[in-house]
Amino acid sequence: MLKGSVGLIALSSLLLSGAAMAQEKIKVGVTATLEGTYTVLGEDGIRGHQTALNVLGKKVGDKELEFIIASTDATPDSAVRAVRKLIEQDKVQILLSPLSGDEGIAVKNFAKTHPELTFINAASGAQETTYVDPAPNFFRYNMDGAQWQVGLGKYAYETKGYRKIATVGEDYSFIYTQVFGLVLEFCGMGGQVTNRQWVPLGTKDFASVIAALPDDVDAIYLGLGGADAVNFLNQYQQAGGKAHLMGGSIMIDQTILSSKGNAKNALIGTLAASGQADTWEDPGWQKFVKDYQDAFPPNKRFPSPSLLATNYYGSTMALILGLRAVNGDLSDNQSKFKTALAKLEIDAPNGKIKLDSNRQAIGTNFVTEVVDDGKGALFSKVVKVIPNVNQTLGYDPAVFAKIGLPSRTVPECKKY
Amino acid sequence: MTRFVERHPAWALIVIIAIALALWLIFAVWPPGLEEAIGRKRVFLNAVFNGITLGGLYFLVASGFTLIFGLMRNVNLAHGSLYLFGGYVGYAISASTGSWILSFIIAFILTALVGILLQVIVFRRMEGQDLRQTMVTIGLSIVFADLMLWACGGDFYQIQTPSWLIGPVELPLITALKSSGEPVYLRYPLVRLVIFAASVVIGIAMWLALNRTRIGMIIRAGVDDRDILAATGVRIQIVFVLVFALGAGLAGIAGVVGGTFQSLSPGEDIRFLLASLVVVIVGGMGSIPGAALGALIIGLAEQLGSVYIPTYAIVVTFLIMVLVLALRPQGLLARR
Repeated sequence: MLKGSVGLIALSSLLLSGAAMAQEKIKVGVTATLEGTYTVLGEDGIRGHQTALNVLGKKVGDKELEFIIASTDATPDSAVRAVRKLIEQDKVQILLSPLSGDEGIAVKNFAKTHPELTFINAASGAQETTYVDPAPNFFRYNMDGAQWQVGLGKYAYETKGYRKIATVGEDYSFIYTQVFGLVLEFCGMGGQVTNRQWVPLGTKDFASVIAALPDDVDAIYLGLGGADAVNFLNQYQQAGGKAHLMGGSIMIDQTILSSKGNAKNALIGTLAASGQADTWEDPGWQKFVKDYQDAFPPNKRFPSPSLLATNYYGSTMALILGLRAVNGDLSDNQSKFKTALAKLEIDAPNGKIKLDSNRQAIGTNFVTEVVDDGKGALFSKVVKVIPNVNQTLGYDPAVFAKIGLPSRTVPECKKY
Repeated sequence: MTRFVERHPAWALIVIIAIALALWLIFAVWPPGLEEAIGRKRVFLNAVFNGITLGGLYFLVASGFTLIFGLMRNVNLAHGSLYLFGGYVGYAISASTGSWILSFIIAFILTALVGILLQVIVFRRMEGQDLRQTMVTIGLSIVFADLMLWACGGDFYQIQTPSWLIGPVELPLITALKSSGEPVYLRYPLVRLVIFAASVVIGIAMWLALNRTRIGMIIRAGVDDRDILAATGVRIQIVFVLVFALGAGLAGIAGVVGGTFQSLSPGEDIRFLLASLVVVIVGGMGSIPGAALGALIIGLAEQLGSVYIPTYAIVVTFLIMVLVLALRPQGLLARR
């Protein structure tokens, strides 16, 4: 009996001290795709997040940041489940989530049910997330898929002389947004997109997709990522494919360019556009690459950070700088923090980023070509840098609204 | 065969016409009108070949499943886990030694050992209790899936194709005629053809072993009546262990094959368990030729579906299963 009550007292004092500790901490929930097709993307995202914490530290004023990581698998329901768990069980106050397009739309909608909390998008890039009915407490410091394709269509048309292309992409919102950006610009120049093939996320067997690729086009655009992209390239090599390729932002990325095997060599010379370029000479970018490389041993990271690492770095940076601006004050349903975030301009590794009235990033975009560094490693070499890319891609907002939302068939291939 | 024609002349005619049409579609040069209607012949031929080679993979998984069921009346729902386990073992071996062939041998041996352990430790204790065995295998498959997730992580693994198998070969099938009248031949990935040939060889070897050898005779007798066989003095438990080892080993080999031309990840175990369930339901539980036919039908349905009706491709497989269950519930090639 005595033993029991002593135990009880010990236990309750433990709990009490836990509660006292919690007041000096700010709990942040992080989600990443650590399962399924996009596992490698999620893992590198977390590396970017870690790098940001190494550089900026975990302290805001006298408060310590505590991060809790939850895993998703790129499906919207897995993201909502993870976010709900972080809020309800772990009692986080701020969310750094999610990674993938469909997840982003779902989490944005979920964010409206918790107006008192703050959601900072980690890396997702579907247009709809911030363009349609945005949540007032959802902030996105990375550009969307369409912004990340700015410059690609023009470069392919003018410099490479491509006139007809076909696309193959994963069948979900982020890739719709990427193809949206590409088609708008390429068709606006006068090019033709003859065929758009969509494959389910997590497709294993691409043989029939590869066989159905048209051969009367100048180039084929690949909007794939993670394991899908690696599977595609392996089977493309087995089938002896030889077309000119163009790539989306997660296709031409270190997650694919440093995959095992030699199937990736098909990508040498491939054009792409993204929110970053591996070989950019900007000192801020070079410093970030070095910080990333120093943070992890060579076999536990990519030779150079992927787009996901960069995005997680940027969003973590925004989180910490935003908190510092209000000295960690989360009172009044975090309203001061939210105001500070909306006004925040960050000097991210991939260029300056500020937010528009929908709390969507305006930033810098890069057109790249894949090069071999001579030692067998592939990198994206910058060929064009385009600053100040906004969500309407430079179109008049009224004209842009008429184009419609990215989908399997939108936009039509014409000049808007 | 002749009996089937005599008993169902109308069906026989339909089957013959369908076969003739399929052969014509594969071998003839398509007239332009047809190409306009259903797309290029290259796409069709590729889809057919992909379907057949995918069927080869499904056969490897499902044959072990159906063999175990046929003899022991044991629905082993942990069969998918054996597939994935074999794949991971194959990946580890091929990554550390660089030998693709060796990975097959080791994957076979290790999964067969797991199969033996399962039979000796688990199934022997609950012989004849179908429901209990099924529930236990569901539980085991969940445990195995979590253990493998713990050991291998959520990442995707792809077994490297040996360099002599990379690239396409030209097949003597004409896909189109150039404007000069010169024929264009079908180019197809060599590795898939080799894998298909291997699964045909394994299938024929299994058929021969079952029909031409003494041990095969014992297994067939066991399928028909276990108790009488045991009463004749055959040590049935040893036969059980042997068959379980073979069935599990085949799933392991299939894992290496699947890891080579697709990839390995958590969730694949369920996918292949489901595929082999559909295959044996369509073909007939317990029948090896049934597994071959079912695998072929499901493989073709998946691939042709993904090309011609991409949005509904996933439904086609299950539609076939529903049709078979409605019209011939014992499966296409099952004996009554």
